[in-house]
Amino acid sequence: MGALALNAPSLAHLSLLDLAVIAIYFVIVIWIGFYLKSKANTSEEFFMAGREMTAWIAGLSFVSANLGSLELMGWAGSAYQYGILAAHWYWVGAIPAMLFLGMVMMPFYYVCKTHSVPGYLKLRYGQGSSTVAAVSFAFMTVLMSGVNMFAMAEVMKIVLGWNLYFSIIVSSLAVAAYVALGGLRSAIFNEVLQFVLIWGGALLVPILGLIETGGWSGFKARLAHNIQTGLVPAGDYTHMWRSMGHFADNPMGIHWTGIVFGLGFAISFGYWTTDFLVVQRVLAANSLRSARLAPVIGSFFKMAVPFIVILPGLLGLVVLQNADGSLMHLVGENVVAANPGAGLHSYNEVLPLMMVRYLGPGLLGLGITALIAGFMSGMAGNVSAFTAIFTYDIYQPHIVKHARDEHYVLVGRWVTVIGVFISIGAALLVMNAAGIMDYVQALFSFFISPLLGVVLLGMFWKRATKAGGFWGLLIGTLTSIGLWAWVKADPSALRYVAISPDAKDMAENMYRALWSVSTSVGVNVIVSLCTKPRPVSELAGVVYGATPLPTEEPVPIYKNEWFWTAIAIVIFLALNIYFW
Amino acid sequence: MHNTGISIWFFIGVLLIIYGAMILGYGTFEWYSGAWRTSNVILSELHAPVWWGGLLLALGLFYGVRFRPGRNG
Repeated sequence: MGALALNAPSLAHLSLLDLAVIAIYFVIVIWIGFYLKSKANTSEEFFMAGREMTAWIAGLSFVSANLGSLELMGWAGSAYQYGILAAHWYWVGAIPAMLFLGMVMMPFYYVCKTHSVPGYLKLRYGQGSSTVAAVSFAFMTVLMSGVNMFAMAEVMKIVLGWNLYFSIIVSSLAVAAYVALGGLRSAIFNEVLQFVLIWGGALLVPILGLIETGGWSGFKARLAHNIQTGLVPAGDYTHMWRSMGHFADNPMGIHWTGIVFGLGFAISFGYWTTDFLVVQRVLAANSLRSARLAPVIGSFFKMAVPFIVILPGLLGLVVLQNADGSLMHLVGENVVAANPGAGLHSYNEVLPLMMVRYLGPGLLGLGITALIAGFMSGMAGNVSAFTAIFTYDIYQPHIVKHARDEHYVLVGRWVTVIGVFISIGAALLVMNAAGIMDYVQALFSFFISPLLGVVLLGMFWKRATKAGGFWGLLIGTLTSIGLWAWVKADPSALRYVAISPDAKDMAENMYRALWSVSTSVGVNVIVSLCTKPRPVSELAGVVYGATPLPTEEPVPIYKNEWFWTAIAIVIFLALNIYFW
Repeated sequence: MHNTGISIWFFIGVLLIIYGAMILGYGTFEWYSGAWRTSNVILSELHAPVWWGGLLLALGLFYGVRFRPGRNG
């Protein structure tokens, strides 16, 4: 077993205590799966967790499903490389969309009692758009799950020296077991548990880092000194908006219009309001008020995540040292690969390096458990969403239409296991052809933004028609693919796609998403105006203005979703102004 | 969440109690045996395992007791 597990030199050396911490985590998550098996007997229980989740559980699960370990390590690495600009993905790139989902869109998703986003499209636009969205989502979800699985296994190999196959098989089988046994309820329970572990394991790193540097002002002073003496590349690492006036003024090559409209609207709203991976968690809430409150609760934790992700990356710029006491310089993956044996570390290793710096036996195991928990929560999110979409939106309407409820639950359990095996297959595919990874990640972005255009128009414009939705989705997706292929074939085309010759890759993603959602909306409007709309009476429950929203019981102000939304907006604005 | 029998917060409480006890126990041993002086970890003089382990244990006890099976609330 030991030989199977370990096969490479590693960054960290785990003690028996650390291994016990990790092993106990696996025992608990499997135990939860077995415990909840008896609560997942009907399709409503298995796929929608019986719609019994409180606002807190749904809200934490909503954020946790998004908080994969790759996200933790990747954005910590980006913070080391680009500074606090990376926090845009947590604040403007998430908070407005989460609050919009809760306050504006959730009533329609919830009132129409849909089980999925493609399910909503079916009610609004008919089977065609629903099937296109379901097939693309199902395909992309398992593929992304596999890509993440491979990337996580590679991290485990670098950090702990674990064999790639060992990491992939152990973690994916654990996820398969607890999701297949307990369904969405088990996935959600474990996501909440994993969320607590992520904080418990990672929070100590920035706390000790700030103690070492003498607080935020001490950190800034040391960083300024390192920049002055040439130890750290020049740049503004601690302000979010000041360098956004021109593409060439910041290392990401991004303009504020790309951040606000591309990231803050097209990408963020696309992901947080239409990606079933996250929306599924909120649909499992026990009431409309809980469903609206869940993303609001999630937004507070999302705003806090930079403390355990971005801050450790920034602190790494001044505290990480080589064995001889000199300042450590992290580099890109390609530089590490080109210099084997040189002892170099990549940007993505900054979080594990910080853990090794501050965490001793037991605490290091907890930190590594946080990374594993992050990976498993992301994977369980993918698998449970895939299972629901495949069973409800592909299998039920197209393969076996009128079966007994138990049949669909059984199909769901098997699809969970099959989904995990397809993910493992995708991971092995990526392992043998690493270049595929970039393509798969781009593929996922092709579908999200056009879907946003179609869902938004469908929800807020009674005139949108079945043909408008279908062609908007299709042409919006083709626009995204076409722009991506254009830049791939001719990199100088970036000046047109991202409206500047100084734009870089990240800016391309943002503007591509913006063009794609604009095209989707434009085509939808034009085609809808040329085709016959459905009578308003058929749109009850799915469109604004045709849906009587249920009146909710008055509650004290501290339980009111609008009150907490206002607080979230104030904190969001304050953070952006403070780090302007 | 009461109709599921055991609350998720109870599971979290149990896990935090186990982790808190393990980490606090090791931190206490490290402190009294003087092993922290030879540790490679930075700021080991702050004895983070003791106070962090203690914090996890306290949180675990709170959730474990507050949401124990059979207690309505």
